[in-house]
Amino acid sequence: MSKEWPLWEVFIRGQHGLNHRHVGSLHAPDAEMAINNARDVYTRRNEGVSIWVVPSAAITASSPSDKGPLFEPANSKVYRHPTFYDIPEEVGHM
Amino acid sequence: MYAQLVQTDGLKKPEEMSPEERAFQERIDRGEKIEPKEWMPEGYRKTLIRQIGQHAHSEIVGQLPEGNWITRAPTLERKAILLAKVQDEAGHGLYLYCAAETLGVSRDELMELLHRGKMKYSSIFNYPTLTWADMGAVGWLVDGAAIMNQVPLQRTSFGPYSRAMIRICKEESFHQRQGYAVMMKMCAGTPQQKAMAQDALNRLWYPSLMMFGPSDKDSVHSAQSMAWKIKMNTNDELRQKFVDQTVPQAEYLGLTIPDPELKWNEEKGGYDFSEPDWSEFFDVIAGNGPCNKDRLGARVKAWDDGAWFREGLVAHAEKAAARKAPLAAE
Ligand SMILES: [Fe+2]
Ligand SMILES: [Fe+2]
Repeated sequence: MSKEWPLWEVFIRGQHGLNHRHVGSLHAPDAEMAINNARDVYTRRNEGVSIWVVPSAAITASSPSDKGPLFEPANSKVYRHPTFYDIPEEVGHM
Repeated sequence: MYAQLVQTDGLKKPEEMSPEERAFQERIDRGEKIEPKEWMPEGYRKTLIRQIGQHAHSEIVGQLPEGNWITRAPTLERKAILLAKVQDEAGHGLYLYCAAETLGVSRDELMELLHRGKMKYSSIFNYPTLTWADMGAVGWLVDGAAIMNQVPLQRTSFGPYSRAMIRICKEESFHQRQGYAVMMKMCAGTPQQKAMAQDALNRLWYPSLMMFGPSDKDSVHSAQSMAWKIKMNTNDELRQKFVDQTVPQAEYLGLTIPDPELKWNEEKGGYDFSEPDWSEFFDVIAGNGPCNKDRLGARVKAWDDGAWFREGLVAHAEKAAARKAPLAAE
């Protein structure tokens, strides 16, 4: 079998002012073709105003089995949320 | 459905499961999504690859019967609509291959399995599209049946599959509506045109019912898939829903469903109807439908004829990268 085209992850900015969001992946021989293909595969109905493509191989992901220890530090810090504090109503909106 | 006959192992009982398997099943029961890099039973992974792959192949092969009419559409507008519809199906195939690839199989491998006849696609696409009215009937019935199956699959347990289904479902409604619009036009036309619409319904009715797969009493393998939430409804449930939805639509068109047994059953709140000829179904699945050889032949030819192009683009990309590399090193 001949060489398979590399895999690219596709990120699309749906509207001005929003972040690019991951929408899926596709195969393309190079970055330019990846952008062209992403337009045809992921924005046939005006779903985007901007496209990023990233070689899938370039992405480093956190490991699902580390999920516990990785996010544990945030779990115990309830005081980071505004609802932790009781503010009297007389004070007004805060 | 688009994945009509996915082989799976029998249902595992809780006491036969390893602790990992039990924890996995509990996650699914809680409605959690499973993501690609997370632990999953080998059977879950394998069944999903088969199912998503079969679904993807159906989208791709499914372009052929409609592609057949693009150059002969009766108006420029109809041609543009059909072209857009067929292009969507290519997109659906690509969303699904991309979901399957997260499970550790490559798109080219899946293609190769299809081309060698080791993977299936939906039996419906092995029937010919003989007249323009078939473009109406396919959109109305075939996409209609597909929607029936795909809407619940949006809630499937595997994250990438579920997200692909959500994307697909957004686009399907246009497919069914444009088909029904063709049927309305034909049925409001000359008696000959209306007869063409009736003929299309006659030929495609039972093959559409077959899309949901064999009757529940004969599909012994769905229990495990239901437990894993990669199959959300039984075949017969979906078929019943499809019939109940479609009969009034046919009546509106003034067309007759080709089933003398069809009648409303007040007690069950649905129609009674005749089963398709299941021996025909298994025969088509086995490769002996009217168009199996044409369909697969067209796919293999497209793949082989495109090889020089795919390779050329890779060579170009490699050269361009090599030209850039020394500059970057300076
Ligand atoms: Fe589709
Ligand atoms: Fe469709």
